[in-house]
Amino acid sequence: MSHIQPSTPEGPAPHAILSSIPSDSHTWNLLFMQLLLSEQNWSVTNLGPCVPVEVLRDEAVARQPRLIVISTVNGHGCQDGVRLARTLRAVPALATVPMVLGGKLDVDGSKAATMTGELRDAGFDEVFVGGSAVTDFLGYLRRMAPATATERT
Amino acid sequence: MTIRPNARTGRFHDFMVAARRDRRLVVQPRMGFDHPAVMRSGLIATRGARATTVGTLTLDSFTRVGDFAAVDRALDAGTRLNGYPIVNYGPAFTRAMLDGVLGADFPIQVRHGSSLPGRIFEALIASGIDASEGGPVSYCLPYGRTPLRRTVAAWRAAGRGFAALREQGVEPHIETFGGCMLGQLCPPAMLVAISVLEGLFFARLGIASVSLSYAQQTHPGQDAEAIAALGSLAAELLPGVEWHIVLYTYMGMYPETRHGALGLVADAARLAAGTGCSRLIVKTAAEADRIPTIAENVEALEVAARAAEGAPPIPSGTDTGILDQARRLVDAVLGLSGDVGAALIEAFAKGYLDIPYCLHPDNAGDTASLITGDGRLEWSRTGALPIPRPGPARRDRLTSRGLLDALSHVKRRYDARIPPQPKEIP
Repeated sequence: MSHIQPSTPEGPAPHAILSSIPSDSHTWNLLFMQLLLSEQNWSVTNLGPCVPVEVLRDEAVARQPRLIVISTVNGHGCQDGVRLARTLRAVPALATVPMVLGGKLDVDGSKAATMTGELRDAGFDEVFVGGSAVTDFLGYLRRMAPATATERT
Repeated sequence: MTIRPNARTGRFHDFMVAARRDRRLVVQPRMGFDHPAVMRSGLIATRGARATTVGTLTLDSFTRVGDFAAVDRALDAGTRLNGYPIVNYGPAFTRAMLDGVLGADFPIQVRHGSSLPGRIFEALIASGIDASEGGPVSYCLPYGRTPLRRTVAAWRAAGRGFAALREQGVEPHIETFGGCMLGQLCPPAMLVAISVLEGLFFARLGIASVSLSYAQQTHPGQDAEAIAALGSLAAELLPGVEWHIVLYTYMGMYPETRHGALGLVADAARLAAGTGCSRLIVKTAAEADRIPTIAENVEALEVAARAAEGAPPIPSGTDTGILDQARRLVDAVLGLSGDVGAALIEAFAKGYLDIPYCLHPDNAGDTASLITGDGRLEWSRTGALPIPRPGPARRDRLTSRGLLDALSHVKRRYDARIPPQPKEIP
């Protein structure tokens, strides 16, 4: 196993900021997503669990990433996600940066369809839930940056 | 009134002293509900389980992060919380909820997970509760971005307030959460070291009754060695303190099948009983999916108690160096400062303590671990830790697939077991 820590942008690799929502203390999903993005040749700044929205906003303004990825599994993804998207989209520098969210968004999965609409309205470009979430996310990455999508396993 | 030194009573403390004397394993759920009537029913059901039990109030996650306005909004709107909001309910409300349930025969511990626990300790003390858990490292690094320096200061203040109960004749008890650290993939020596260091942190604040946690990992022989190491270091470093070891049933990705989930808690109970642990925190058959019901908690308590009955002693087996590693870590930290809190802050800054895969800004992030072919959890990279380095063979590149395999190692093993067949009645 290799060294794991937040990497900083370097070379030609596109840069993504990876974060959770303020109330979610889970780490393993973020670590998995960091590895997944790295394997697709992205450089990643992983802000970790329980990230205040203001911290994410300031990091995004400072780093100007190609992509912002929010991963959450505690069931508060919709409430926290809507507020997060509105806060980031209100900043002119972040008005158009691609921003996606995925994971388990509610306690039992029953409201996923309604929530996806709400989250898109609030400013997310894509919302990935359910069994195909990871596959769909990889497809999204290939569509947005085909040159970087060299699979390394 | 003058209180003699031996006149203190603590419900949790006294109960554990008696259980240890009688060699009865105490089992405990991780239960918390927002509605007071449900919380009370859960405690009564825990007390009535066919097992030696103590009760748990697990708090909700808004209370954990100190967002008391969000608790109020949820209570006003009737939105469900994922635990008992002890601060917003206030002490009179909680005392009424516990009336006739909390007693010398049934002590209760508050479990929370807060990096800034001041208000929680004030509330539990005012509610007449004398046991809680946590720690300045274990409730900081894995769960957010609160600076370690701030968490150490907050836990120091809360711990002193808790210790002050002794002046009123109460013996408060606190459990370290340091034996968990992200739940999985943290090698046992680090869990042992942080558990002991947090125990010492509490003892230096004047708390005279502590428990040291260790979370079941991937290999029973390795866990037995780690529990023995924890006992050895505690005996050396906590003279004059009443202490015991509490085992947590596996805290990582949990089996989804009923037989797998209950098989894992039964194995945890045999491990606890066989290694002389005094208490076990259980998990339920529903753990992988959702917050368990009261009945599922009672089932897990009874499965654990039955498995522990007559469990044979487990020798610590081959010495693979866990005690030596843990001692090196503890010694290196304590060498940094006479104040345990200051030493912990300095140790993380220097990388003498460094938790694999922990993303907290105060964690160096130069260590990594792996699960070996025989199921042991080992270091693959030790960064600046003051312990021997692993060989080069262990330094493979970690992939997303490899991470998932490691995280689901225990789950897959238990889910794949053949379910037990019902016994024929003779």
